Amino acid sequence: MGMKIGTAAFKERVDQGLSDSFMRGAVSAAQGRLRDGRLNAAEELGNWEDWRSHGEEIRKHTLEHLDYYLEMLVDNVSKRGGHVFFAQTAEEANEYITNVVKKKGAKKIVKSKSMVTEEISMNEALEKIGCDVVESDLGEWILQVDDHDPPSHIVAPALHKNKEQIRDVFRDKLGYKNSEKPEELALFAREQLREEFLAAEVGITGCNFAIADSGTVTLVTNEGNARMATTLPKTQITVMGMERIVPSWEEMEVLVSLLTRAAVGQKLTSYITALTGPKGEGDVDGPEEFHLVVVDNGRSKILGTEFQEALHCIRCAACINVCPVYRHVGGHSYGSIYPGPIGAVLSPLLGGYDDYKELPYASTLCAACTEACPVKIPLHELLIKHRQKIVEKEGKAPVFESLSMKAFRMGTASPTMYNIGSKLAPKMMKPFVKEDKIANGPGPLKNWTSIRDFPAPSNERFRDWFKNREKEESKS
Amino acid sequence: MKVSLFVTCLIDMFQSDVGRDTVELLEHLGCEVDFPEGQTCCGQPAYNSGYLKESMESMKHMINVFQDSEYVVTPSGSCGTMFHEYPNIFAGDAEWEPKAIELANKTYELTQFIVEVLKVEDVGASLPARATYHTSCHMTRLLGVKEAPLTLLKNVKGLEFTELPDKHNCCGFGGTFSVKMSQISEHMVDEKVRHVESTKADILVGADAGCLMNIGGRISRTGKPIEVMHIATVLNSRK
Repeated sequence: MGMKIGTAAFKERVDQGLSDSFMRGAVSAAQGRLRDGRLNAAEELGNWEDWRSHGEEIRKHTLEHLDYYLEMLVDNVSKRGGHVFFAQTAEEANEYITNVVKKKGAKKIVKSKSMVTEEISMNEALEKIGCDVVESDLGEWILQVDDHDPPSHIVAPALHKNKEQIRDVFRDKLGYKNSEKPEELALFAREQLREEFLAAEVGITGCNFAIADSGTVTLVTNEGNARMATTLPKTQITVMGMERIVPSWEEMEVLVSLLTRAAVGQKLTSYITALTGPKGEGDVDGPEEFHLVVVDNGRSKILGTEFQEALHCIRCAACINVCPVYRHVGGHSYGSIYPGPIGAVLSPLLGGYDDYKELPYASTLCAACTEACPVKIPLHELLIKHRQKIVEKEGKAPVFESLSMKAFRMGTASPTMYNIGSKLAPKMMKPFVKEDKIANGPGPLKNWTSIRDFPAPSNERFRDWFKNREKEESKS
Repeated sequence: MKVSLFVTCLIDMFQSDVGRDTVELLEHLGCEVDFPEGQTCCGQPAYNSGYLKESMESMKHMINVFQDSEYVVTPSGSCGTMFHEYPNIFAGDAEWEPKAIELANKTYELTQFIVEVLKVEDVGASLPARATYHTSCHMTRLLGVKEAPLTLLKNVKGLEFTELPDKHNCCGFGGTFSVKMSQISEHMVDEKVRHVESTKADILVGADAGCLMNIGGRISRTGKPIEVMHIATVLNSRK
């Protein structure tokens, strides 16, 4: 699938999202739950702002010394008998992974949730060599069963579906006969997945945090599927974005505390799985062979730029859960597996402006994202930086817009021009005013008045009123 | 106390009565209000659209206009926030950064100024009506002014106050967003209007002309019987 979802143009995708009332109902209900959960969990922890600042410091420090910590991680994974591969591109990562799988002669692969493997289209690469790749995260599995419906949220990939729709998918694709009760749906999924775990020869996981000074990968789940995927198959491959690293267990504890609260409002998820290299002597379970694939795929290009903070993201989706735009258009409208505010920042960086130039504008800059981010990424500011880039460096802004901004500069940098403009504007608008409002605006006002009225300009500008008043006062 | 009014371009041109209410209110509270005539726009429309160079010229102009002011007070959370962003925008500029910091430090949103500087919580206003309040995003999240408008509104005689459900969600204005992405904006503002309706309020109060133009414009288009009022007008009511 890759990072890009579908080929439809942005406007078409948004139209589709806005007209999907099931999805919008499911998304707004989930947003309410997740937002309340995060706020309650933050309050219960206390000193949330201090925790956020601490999280921010950790991410900043780690990214500033990324090469140092990556080297430390490689050393420690190797010492424990694991193999590490640095993939500069998606192709390199897939080539390495398919080679490992081929060497093992494996056909059945079980996966726990991972965004980076979506980003690099790993499933497709493995399917091409004849493997059966089974998603074991419940949300991901639902989407896989539903003919590879793309994820619409980075933590809850099937957020756009309600329970009735999930029941229908199971019924149509797998012959499910029970109700839409979540317990019954989950039980059915568990029975189906248990077989897959037992049969899988290779387990592939993502990585929430790799711990540099111990060579450990940690996985945060509620379903326990990552633990199954890392203990049952004989070979384990963990795929991580190159920024998904912490110096030591101490920092990992801080970030996990922030992650689970920000993502789902939990103090701790049901499972935090930590795995250090392959099974050691005397260990009862764990993989016999362990591979860590560190994926760059455009990340190192972000390092050292004004967008470096985008790499601080710990993929909690708190920004998505509060975004009022996401609320109405849903995840698929973003055309990227990374939706919402972080997606609007990250997708153009990883996938380029040609495919994602609209995303930085799909925001009111309300800053709900920035306020929610547990590691204080200034998301709305990064969206403005994208806009600056699109205007200045990419030259991709509409001509009309750059002309009006030139006019803006002339009209606001000099009081004389402002005076002329603000006196002239009401006169020009006058023909369009009816009953003290403009219902059918000309030019740039057209898009405004297509859905709402525009106020008629005041009969007397404030500044004229003020001046006249001063004159009168000085007379009396 | 001497106060310079930064009226904002929207109020200057489209809602001059809000500007008058602001002046009268401040004078009622004992302030001496002046209006530096050279003022234009804070630069936000260009800045938020990515036109940094264009916006910086208006910012420099505004810094100069308010150079001698003791306090700068504005009836807009969003435009006030913009003044507070200037130091970040001019960070590292030896000439303009200190000036930007000086301006930011003396700039207050109207209700913030009344509560924090004048230390007044009851302005003596009265308005018999049922009202709800729209918390504008920049004012609450970026400027951090959350309580001041509510404190003042709760002390308006006769005003029956109901909290707006989902008040944290943006109304869909977002400056140029409202015209660039009008299809999305429409759904956002519709949800906001539904929430306003659910409070059964006669008046929707807000502290930002932009949001009020958006929500008010939609209310007017859909013919709902709800009046939209700037908080300066409410606080200057003596009915």
